[in-house]
Amino acid sequence: MAVTVSIPTILRTHTGGQKSVEASGSTLAEIIDSLESSHGGLKARLVREGSLHRFVNVYVNDEDVRFAGGLDAPVSDGDNVTILPAVAGG
Amino acid sequence: MLRIRRDLVDAMVAHARRDHPDEACGILAGPEGSDRPERAIAMLNAARSPTYYEFDPAEWNAVYREMTGNDEEPLVIYHSHTATEPYPSRTDIARAGEYATMLPSPHYVLIGTRDPDVHELRSYRITDGEVTEEPVEIVAAVPE
Repeated sequence: MAVTVSIPTILRTHTGGQKSVEASGSTLAEIIDSLESSHGGLKARLVREGSLHRFVNVYVNDEDVRFAGGLDAPVSDGDNVTILPAVAGG
Repeated sequence: MLRIRRDLVDAMVAHARRDHPDEACGILAGPEGSDRPERAIAMLNAARSPTYYEFDPAEWNAVYREMTGNDEEPLVIYHSHTATEPYPSRTDIARAGEYATMLPSPHYVLIGTRDPDVHELRSYRITDGEVTEEPVEIVAAVPE
């Protein structure tokens, strides 16, 4: 199943400058593995010690995956996945 | 150096005063690849805390999409310090490092509201954990 993943500006160094790329899988974890196989280096930016990086926001069709199962969040054909850094500080 | 319009400074300061004693946070957006902030976007502080701020993830997604649709990007990220000096905290520096792996590093503007009458406003660049204060020039209008 193919989904479209929007890539933030700096991470486009891993996608040859493409703003969005296709990936396949039925969960976010599978999507990230699919991204890694075609665009090496992305996974390390998103996943740390088996979980989604605390300060990365990932959305499936605008839903924050943190409330939808994290890496286990289901993804369907035609979905849009967006990656953004969290913006926080003290 | 950060060159910034007076009305944008006024908007950030008013937001910081409004949310005091909680920290206020937001964005100045401008054309992609420019260094010309054109509009202020007051963001929710999802943490609602006097010592921490975090953009609400859903609002941030919506605002980011709107910006990219307008060929804009966040040129300034601002927040307030309500009881301490307006200098980036260790947490600010750590989060800035993570942000920079994904989006171009903005100017970080800090607004101090510890004095009820006189605000403090400073701008910084944060690169590889190094904080550099930069001059702020406040102008009536920024030429294209």
